[in-house]
Amino acid sequence: MRDKTMTADEVVSRLESGMTLGIGGWGSRRKPMALVRALLRSAITDLTVVSYGGPDVGMLAAAGRIRRLVAAFATLDSIPLEPHYRAARESGAFEVMEVDEAMFMWGLHAAANRLPFLPVRAAIGSDVMRVNPGLRTVTSPYEEGWPFGAGGWAAGPESVEEGASPVPAAAPGARGEAAGSCEDGAGTGPHEEFVAMPALRMDAALVHVNRADRLGNGQYLGPDPYFDDLFCEAADTAYVSCERIVDTAELTKEAAPQTLLVKRHTVTGVVEAPNGAHFTSCAPDRERDEVFQRHYATTPWPRFAEQFLTGDEHAYQSAVQAWHKERS
Amino acid sequence: MSAATRAEYCVIACAEAWRHAGEILASPMGPVPSVGARLARHTFAPDLLLTDGEAMLVGMDGTIEGWLPYRQHLALVTGGRRHVMMGASQIDRFGNQNISCIGAWARPRRQLLGVRGAPVNTLNNPTSYWIPRHSRRVFVERVDMVCGVGYDGAARNPLSARFHRIPRVVSDLGVFDFATPDHSMRLVSLHRGVTVEEIRQATGFELTVPDDVPCTREPTREELRLIREVIDPQGIREREVPDRVAEVPGPAAEGGGR
Repeated sequence: MRDKTMTADEVVSRLESGMTLGIGGWGSRRKPMALVRALLRSAITDLTVVSYGGPDVGMLAAAGRIRRLVAAFATLDSIPLEPHYRAARESGAFEVMEVDEAMFMWGLHAAANRLPFLPVRAAIGSDVMRVNPGLRTVTSPYEEGWPFGAGGWAAGPESVEEGASPVPAAAPGARGEAAGSCEDGAGTGPHEEFVAMPALRMDAALVHVNRADRLGNGQYLGPDPYFDDLFCEAADTAYVSCERIVDTAELTKEAAPQTLLVKRHTVTGVVEAPNGAHFTSCAPDRERDEVFQRHYATTPWPRFAEQFLTGDEHAYQSAVQAWHKERS
Repeated sequence: MSAATRAEYCVIACAEAWRHAGEILASPMGPVPSVGARLARHTFAPDLLLTDGEAMLVGMDGTIEGWLPYRQHLALVTGGRRHVMMGASQIDRFGNQNISCIGAWARPRRQLLGVRGAPVNTLNNPTSYWIPRHSRRVFVERVDMVCGVGYDGAARNPLSARFHRIPRVVSDLGVFDFATPDHSMRLVSLHRGVTVEEIRQATGFELTVPDDVPCTREPTREELRLIREVIDPQGIREREVPDRVAEVPGPAAEGGGR
């Protein structure tokens, strides 16, 4: 089986300007920051970035690498507003496809399942429809309750419309009313309209996990998988950085097999990047570096980039250590 | 025990949102709603499910009783067994809520969080709002970007909004709902020490005010004890809503995330 290990710079050498790039994690949690930093060292730009946004979005936006962003938010969690993202957005630096968190998730599912879209009960009635004029809606083709209603399996939607259904004419309305007053949300509505969330198919995905083997099996050990497996499935290529590369057998020595989140058939490259999510959290290996995050959030971007991002990953980690030492 | 503070009336008003909610997930956002949801669970709504703010469902003593990562949380929303209390940077008379940006969306004057889960929340499960600082900057005639769907948007889309409901809005001044013929906002109760005039002055649209507006109910001695000694001994609630009589200047609320 193929050894997929590579360096962060090798990952970036496989990416190109103009690509659609998915970035895993959530807010300021388990972000593949070492890969983002490698991207920042390159000349790659004009990206469409798909992310539950955190400092990955903030840095790429501040560095002018984003042409278009697909997101529901950008946040640093303990600092609610991502300041560099915010500044870039207020200067009109890039286009945004602003969608709901759930729409985003179903867009990933659609891409992973090779579907053009999935119906979602969201966005309708909100300005998500106004700011995304390309979004379309779909209407349920089914009568309420089918196939478990009185009509049975044989009566499809067509026969109901033609009046050939064994259901009395008054019944659909009556059933509709019953569903309308139903608080627990069972069943689907009478020809309910949904937003058709388009598949978020990506050229490449970047994710960071706790452990991986050399084949691309990725393991998360923290409380939440976020959507990293979906990102890998929804992208043509996927690159997994990890705190530590281990032998395959070691993955399940102490952790349950359910922690094996990313499967190797979806992975192109594996990068060992200790502290590679810094300064975002990577539980249980690393907590978020809150003090440093605050420094990032309060330092003008050019100064921050000059201070920490001019060298390679090793230089970054050393500069962070030196910065901490200086403060103490 | 000393008299209830303004923050403690707010806690009571938030807790009441989950009365009779049954066995559903309470999703409070912000300190005061979090204290409120836990108070409800401690007392009159013992079946509520609560998270630790991350991916675990936890009991009152922190015992993990379940796992709710984001992917399951977002799916739970569509099942409807959840009542969320979100923040609002802006809210209008029909309950449209904005946490995305101020000014024109294409190039905002002030970028905020983004729509987050507000569009899916409001079409799928009851969504209430908490506004820690009632002002004309928050209670506006029209929001700049509709994130959470209001009653006017729901009425225009009846087939998509069949599960839409905004049970209440709680601010540091009072409690509000939409139980009017046109589903515009109505004053339900005043926190002790607040006048109708004060609320009118701080609200940027015409509010329905019934002839007789009651006060927000008093916390019981046991509720005060739970709030002060068990749920929020650090007094985080008092930092979100300082106990004051007169208005003092301060930053406007911008929160509203998950």
